[in-house]
Amino acid sequence: MIRLPLVLLLSAALFSTGVYGVLARRNAVLVLMSIELMLNAVNINLVAFAQLLRDISGQVFALFVIAVAAAEVGIGLAIVILIYRNRETINVDEVNLLKW
Amino acid sequence: MTGAEWAFVVIGVAGVIGAIRVVTARNVVHAALYLVISLSSAAGVYLLLGAEFLAWVQILIYVGAIVILFLFGLMLTKAPIGREALDNQRRGVALGVAAAILTGLAYLLLGAFEWDAPRLEPSGGATSEVGASIFARFVLPFEVVSFLLLAALIGAIVLARKDDRP
Repeated sequence: MIRLPLVLLLSAALFSTGVYGVLARRNAVLVLMSIELMLNAVNINLVAFAQLLRDISGQVFALFVIAVAAAEVGIGLAIVILIYRNRETINVDEVNLLKW
Repeated sequence: MTGAEWAFVVIGVAGVIGAIRVVTARNVVHAALYLVISLSSAAGVYLLLGAEFLAWVQILIYVGAIVILFLFGLMLTKAPIGREALDNQRRGVALGVAAAILTGLAYLLLGAFEWDAPRLEPSGGATSEVGASIFARFVLPFEVVSFLLLAALIGAIVLARKDDRP
């Protein structure tokens, strides 16, 4: 018997920590890690409401989110490695080739 | 507070501390290892809520695969150590935005749900139920996800491969 607001507060705390990481970090890999924290917060919310509503669809959605996150990390790290190979840096504020 | 609730609070606090260390650590490898704590605590939360299959998927995919992928990414890209090298100069703005989001979400949540009324019982999360739901109601999304994974696989190989042609 767990109170629903406790779970939702945990997920809100994880999400805002991820937002801070995305905004404050320069290293692209650390930005990707912060995005994973935010996706985890969303998954916790999905599972909490799935259990509250007694509907397993929420858990299936969380599974899909995990699969999409895995694909995103794979492509993201490939791009990061490609940037590192070309620019010798992965600081997101130094990658400004498309900036006018 | 029941026993399950105390266990939830302990796991949740460990997860939040791990998450905060992920975004403040001065060493990128330490950040990846703190990410393991945070993701494992999410798996613990799933177990407490009764979503067994999801908890083990979380351990397998996130802790087993994604963190290892992050460690490979960190090893292939030389990252400096130290706060100034890893964080940008707008930390204060970022902290303000994050605190605003947290207080806004907490205000909305505590306003929308009564503290005592909705209680979560561990129920329904066994592998058989999840599988039945996927293959009864979510067959098309399942196929789309497998196609997406295939596309990501090919894309990652094409992107990261060294191109030796002139």
